[in-house]
Amino acid sequence: MMKTNSYLLSILVDDEPGVLSRIAGLFSGRGFNIDSLSVASTAEPNVSRITMVTKCEPQIIEQIKKQLHKLINVITVNDLTDKKYVQRQLALIKVNAQPDKKAEILRIVDIFRCKIVDVGLAHYTIEVSGDMEKHRAIISLLKPMGIIEIASTGAIALARENGK
Amino acid sequence: MKLTGAQILIKMIKAEGVDTIFGYPGGAVIDIYDALAKQEGLKHILVRHEQGAVHAADGYARANKSVGVALVTSGPGATNTVTGIASAHCDSIPLVVFTGQVPTGLIGNDAFQEVDIVGITRPCTKHNYLVKSVEKLAFTIKEAFYLARSGRPGPVLVDLPKDIVQTVVEFEEPGEISLKSYKPTYKPNKKQLNKVTDLIQKAERPVIFAGGGVILSQASKELTRLAKMANIPVTGSLMGLGAFPGSDPLWLGMLGMHGTYRANMSIGHCDLMIAAGVRFDDRVTGNIKKFAPGATIVQIDIDPTSIHKNIEVQIPIVGDCKAALKEIIHLMEEKNPAGLTEKRQEWLARIREWQSAVPLKFEQSYDVIKPQYVIEKLYELTEGKAIITTEVGQNQMWAAQYYHFDEPNHFITSGGLGVMGFGLPAAIGAKAACPDKMVVDIAGDGSIQMNIQELMTAVESKIDVKIVILNNRYLGMVRQWQELFYDKVYSSTNMENAPDFVKLAEAYGATGLRCTKPDQVSRVLAKGLDTKGTVVMDFTVEREESVYPMVPAGGSITEMLLV
Repeated sequence: MMKTNSYLLSILVDDEPGVLSRIAGLFSGRGFNIDSLSVASTAEPNVSRITMVTKCEPQIIEQIKKQLHKLINVITVNDLTDKKYVQRQLALIKVNAQPDKKAEILRIVDIFRCKIVDVGLAHYTIEVSGDMEKHRAIISLLKPMGIIEIASTGAIALARENGK
Repeated sequence: MKLTGAQILIKMIKAEGVDTIFGYPGGAVIDIYDALAKQEGLKHILVRHEQGAVHAADGYARANKSVGVALVTSGPGATNTVTGIASAHCDSIPLVVFTGQVPTGLIGNDAFQEVDIVGITRPCTKHNYLVKSVEKLAFTIKEAFYLARSGRPGPVLVDLPKDIVQTVVEFEEPGEISLKSYKPTYKPNKKQLNKVTDLIQKAERPVIFAGGGVILSQASKELTRLAKMANIPVTGSLMGLGAFPGSDPLWLGMLGMHGTYRANMSIGHCDLMIAAGVRFDDRVTGNIKKFAPGATIVQIDIDPTSIHKNIEVQIPIVGDCKAALKEIIHLMEEKNPAGLTEKRQEWLARIREWQSAVPLKFEQSYDVIKPQYVIEKLYELTEGKAIITTEVGQNQMWAAQYYHFDEPNHFITSGGLGVMGFGLPAAIGAKAACPDKMVVDIAGDGSIQMNIQELMTAVESKIDVKIVILNNRYLGMVRQWQELFYDKVYSSTNMENAPDFVKLAEAYGATGLRCTKPDQVSRVLAKGLDTKGTVVMDFTVEREESVYPMVPAGGSITEMLLV
């Protein structure tokens, strides 16, 4: 078994119906995996950016990139994995907030520079923005309190200027 | 000029230089058929099943070196095209398939004869469109043809809602196609090409491996010139047959599972492989770990995804085969290397030894016809000049082995997808494109029944195709595998309950001939080929004849079963 790596791809596509399904279909049809996916329009009209995290063996990523590029509606495929980039993802974490745990939760929220966006008698909903590392860290700290549910976006990323 | 969507469609098809389309009407395309009846210059051939329309368009495209067009209705008409589209996608054949669709207002409502054909064909087309406004119709059609024929060609589907083709609009000539997201690389990298010429000079045991890409880019002349100037033997994939003259001494025969012994051994022992327009299908490579183990591999392909997909190559060249081969020839001429002819003598002698050790062979007995014998006689009688289409299975492999193609675009077969029922409609398409050519479908008794209804198309449209049925009353290729690998348990491959093909031909208004004895083969073939109109020749052949040599699936191509 070859070692699998995680790759971060930033893909510009024509903003047309069916584009996402072409990309998703390519992955499912060829047995590639999508770990996370995030799609939204860009400043340029009719162009959307798809940011995608995929785990695979090193030689497969080349095939994935070429296959993506072969799709008629895909304009560019930028592999950010080995470049300098800023990356964020957003999560909402609803956590049990028993009276004896509230202070600790607030301390964690403070340390991680998160926000409480909803408060109930026995829960907090916390907004977390950051890279995947930060998400993993805060989730592991909140787990003992009892996480009720999580909603998370996929990763988004942009290459840093002069980041070659 | 005010035109309906239907009239715009016809105008745009004509503008692409297409003179014949294949189709089948229905509710969603009735307006297009009405417009077709009221125009001149675009011929429509009415098939008897939509699958036949796509295969016929495929045959037309390959014989005519142009784009094939099929037109069908929505729902079942559209789904019936899927096999043909998938086959053209595997073989990179330029097609534009127009499907009717329910009116835009009904899309998504599960209307009568509605199906999401754009969704269904997304993975088996090069690209596809649902046209949502009549203003975009002309441009979309132009773009569809452009995509079908440019770069690595392929099928493009255009879904046409009924209200779009009914709407009248002021026609505007669409502008030039320029897609920011699609720019195929035609011109190869010169540095890489220089490496190739160096390798050719150094190589002691070079082989050229030609595929369908050479035929698609019309690079046969260049390929032949390069092989001859550098004295390099040439093998081909099934799709590459005809890319290099089959009667040339440098020709090794087909490569792969049912390739010739000398072709497979040459690949197993070569030190340089120049692969042009191939994608290293598993039927060619066998066990990839043992494929060309000692070779430096050069791969020329217009599609970057074909490179490094199955096989690691040392010199990848992305570009058009014709442009790349031309440039390699040019560089070779500049360097003018001496002694290439002498240098290869040992290698060529070794290949001749392989050939004499294990030639393609069969023994024609006194009483039962061997299928190979029929093809050998067909080759002689047509002087190797016919366009041959095939079905899929043993008939296809024997055609590839025993009919030697000297020219490209003369062997038309469903290579990648392997569609039984391809040959007859493809023959109709090829004959429509090349009326002066003899077109013969080499069929099996199983395959021919998959699209037998197209006999009516051929008869009605006065398209003379000749059908040679190698009738062993088995699904022969599956039976062969059952014999070799499944203890002769012939599960569901016995086809003894077959129709009388002679009577069937006559029922369709074609001529039917039967041949049961070896000494009648030449006479029946000659009579069939000379008879005007569509002719079915039914040859009762050896029931359990197998295709050899053979590489068991997953085995190394140099370890072949010889008998």
